[in-house]
Amino acid sequence: MRYETVIGLEVHVELATQSKIFCSCHAKYGAGPNEHVCPACCGMPGMLPVVNRRVVDYGMKAGMMLNCTINRTTTFDKKSYYYPDLPCAYQTTQWFAPVAVNGLVEIETSKGKKNIRIKQIHMEEDAGKLVHDISEDTTCVDFNRTSVPLIEIVSQPDLSSAEEVEAYLERLKNLLRYAKVAECAMEHGTMRCDVNLSVRPEGSDKLGVRTEMKNMNSIDAIKRAISYEVARHIDAIENGTEVLVQETRRWDDIKGKSYAMRNKETAGDYRYFPDPNVMPVVIDDAWYQAIEASLPEFPEVKRARYIETLGLGEYDAAQLTKSIAVCECFEDAYAVCKSAKDAANWMLSEVMSILGSRKMTPDSLTLDGKTLGELITLVSAGTVGRSNGKKILAAMFDDPSLSPKEYAERNGMIVSNDTGLIEQVAKEVLAAEEKAVADYRAGKEKALAAILGKCMKQLKGNCNPQVLRELLIAEINKM
Amino acid sequence: MKIWTSKTETAAVKKIAADDMMLTKDMPTAAGSKMLDGYLSLLEAEALTRMKNAGYGICGKANVGEFAVDLMGETSCYGVPSADGVLKNAAAEIVQSGEAMAAVGLDVNGSIRRAAAQYGLVSVKPTYGTVSRYGTVPVACSGETVSVTAKNIADCREILDVLAGHDDKDGTSLSEAECEKIRQSAGCGETVRRVAVISEFTEGVDAKTAECLNAAKKALSENGIEVAEISEKTIAAARIAWNILMSAELCNNVSRYDGVKYGYRSADANTIDELYTNSRTEAFGDLLKTAILYGSDTLSTENYMKVYDKALRVRRLVSESFGKLFEQYDAVLMPACSRSAYSEDITASERDIAFTENLYTAPASITGLPTVTAGGVQLIGKAFSENALFEAAKLYE
Repeated sequence: MRYETVIGLEVHVELATQSKIFCSCHAKYGAGPNEHVCPACCGMPGMLPVVNRRVVDYGMKAGMMLNCTINRTTTFDKKSYYYPDLPCAYQTTQWFAPVAVNGLVEIETSKGKKNIRIKQIHMEEDAGKLVHDISEDTTCVDFNRTSVPLIEIVSQPDLSSAEEVEAYLERLKNLLRYAKVAECAMEHGTMRCDVNLSVRPEGSDKLGVRTEMKNMNSIDAIKRAISYEVARHIDAIENGTEVLVQETRRWDDIKGKSYAMRNKETAGDYRYFPDPNVMPVVIDDAWYQAIEASLPEFPEVKRARYIETLGLGEYDAAQLTKSIAVCECFEDAYAVCKSAKDAANWMLSEVMSILGSRKMTPDSLTLDGKTLGELITLVSAGTVGRSNGKKILAAMFDDPSLSPKEYAERNGMIVSNDTGLIEQVAKEVLAAEEKAVADYRAGKEKALAAILGKCMKQLKGNCNPQVLRELLIAEINKM
Repeated sequence: MKIWTSKTETAAVKKIAADDMMLTKDMPTAAGSKMLDGYLSLLEAEALTRMKNAGYGICGKANVGEFAVDLMGETSCYGVPSADGVLKNAAAEIVQSGEAMAAVGLDVNGSIRRAAAQYGLVSVKPTYGTVSRYGTVPVACSGETVSVTAKNIADCREILDVLAGHDDKDGTSLSEAECEKIRQSAGCGETVRRVAVISEFTEGVDAKTAECLNAAKKALSENGIEVAEISEKTIAAARIAWNILMSAELCNNVSRYDGVKYGYRSADANTIDELYTNSRTEAFGDLLKTAILYGSDTLSTENYMKVYDKALRVRRLVSESFGKLFEQYDAVLMPACSRSAYSEDITASERDIAFTENLYTAPASITGLPTVTAGGVQLIGKAFSENALFEAAKLYE
């Protein structure tokens, strides 16, 4: 029998606000333990939650990016459970009236395009972190992350393969990063994912037994977990190896297996009820329109513009628009160097190659596009040679304040117009390279390139290759 | 019997006692619970900060019942405050003795009003949202209000004027503009002309309470205020709904006291679950445990719609009933408790009395309406009608 997989995702995304959702503590990742805490996010009595308006801005923006309907009155609710990383023993979240509902996200895979429905997006506070490895018999609690704002994006069970899940997650990340509401870096834990999965005979309209794998934090792990779970479900259905039950499972990526979590960790009634301390947030027309007006150009629109207005090829436009950081750098560089083609070439070859060699993702690009534009202008004008240009680019990654022109001057990278010097170098090299000269005369074009390279080396690259080439040919002919 | 849980020196002429629900940085705040015995807060209640800034001195903390949900303070971890066989109330004792000109506390389940009525003091529970709750121990946030107890209306009003006003640190604190808007929409006159007495609340009170009620009615009538006896069943349903909402919120709010971060920690625990269970079992008293269990049950998936959601609907109906009443009347006169004194062993014979005696206090708690207790009775008015209530209550205080 053939089976189909039904997957729904709950994706948690940390919002990139400066402060926490209900207090003014810093929300940034990476401080020492419990440095970003106050009585409120430590669960002490007396402080009252005051909604960070920016969180609602971002929640709405995320909703609009995913084609959701925005609830114009959105409310917060309390979800109760005991866990040492949850200082109040309740989490303030949205249960009854989430900020956004009924969205749609288009994904593209090898099988073509597909729409994934979004059930809802709700805003909530994150929990703290338990640290087990400081001492053997003690667990420490770090509350820096408590009350850091999150959105949870709940999809309908519209996904049917690991490939679609990957495309969906990439799409969410791309859209949310375009809107500048979240970093969405699984490696930093700013994007996490619960996978709900069931298997059923192909064509059946009845859903199978669903299992949930919580807190997945890498796309590769998610893919492995999905293929493991699908196989486990099919095995259970076909061979009766086990009885499938609706449960929460933990994925062990090292062992490559999923395990049922103890019932105690999952069973429970969260006892949701409206938080009386947080007044309903009413989104009036002015607020709604301001957020709508702040939405970025969508990736598809940008891609089309790059092709139609800037004259880029489809492939280049597609590559560039995969990351908003790349787009912004490209657009800034283009504004300075005035050549979209040059800017795109530099982005996609030189910049990407440095990112690759440094094991950086395109999203982490912080290169200043205007400076890149200056560099491109210098190279295009022949003021700096291309290979020196690449060296300057590498230096720009290390020092963001670097000026390409000053750097080129300081390091002797300005192309020389001193024909006397070029002639002298050319003569010297030709004299030393008798064999190459002979080869060239015998019709080996490659030999000239070797000679040219040697001259370039002596000139430290500061020479227009075309000028040098013509000069070399003239000299050889004279010899 | 413990009246003060802590005392401090103050040079100020006008001394204020804070009840032990108000957090202080220089004195511990126990909220009457073994769970928080000795707890020193990092923050100070906004109400107390405002008192200090206005030149008043906080002279100490008055003992309260555990998380202020009981009758008068009898569930305090520091013992039952009583004398001559009757229950006493710490804050009321302090105000009556003149040790402080007023007490500022948190009215969660009416204990402040019951005490004011039984001691013949004046107390105001202002409109919900007018005084910041920042820095109070949270219990039933949707209805609890910072309240004032003093010897007379003039002192009560003086303190309320200092406390009232918007606070950014409390999301339910109303802005001045919002206060004004509600004031206008409620059509508040500056005076009370017609008062309703709801029969459902006057039956079954003891002779002395009935006497207070009659005295107040008489004083109002003699001053040209129309007093009408009416029947209103919906408002009487406030008690049951309030018990549900209060217990649910209480259960949720006290769940943060788990023995992990601060407060009481059981010495007898080997696992995290044992730590939670034993710390809470050992530190919380019976009334609180009853409320926790009840509240937890009302919020369960099984009961939420049947019980909690219904209580929210009743809250709205009670508000609507008051709204209708206020089309004809300016205020409602009713007792604050059924008797003029409680015997010290009352909880032995009537275990849940705190959840039945709040019949009289629940209507104002659940709706957030202002109420002034004076002359042994309370007068509930429209939102932001405190001034009119004070003026009327002057006639019988």
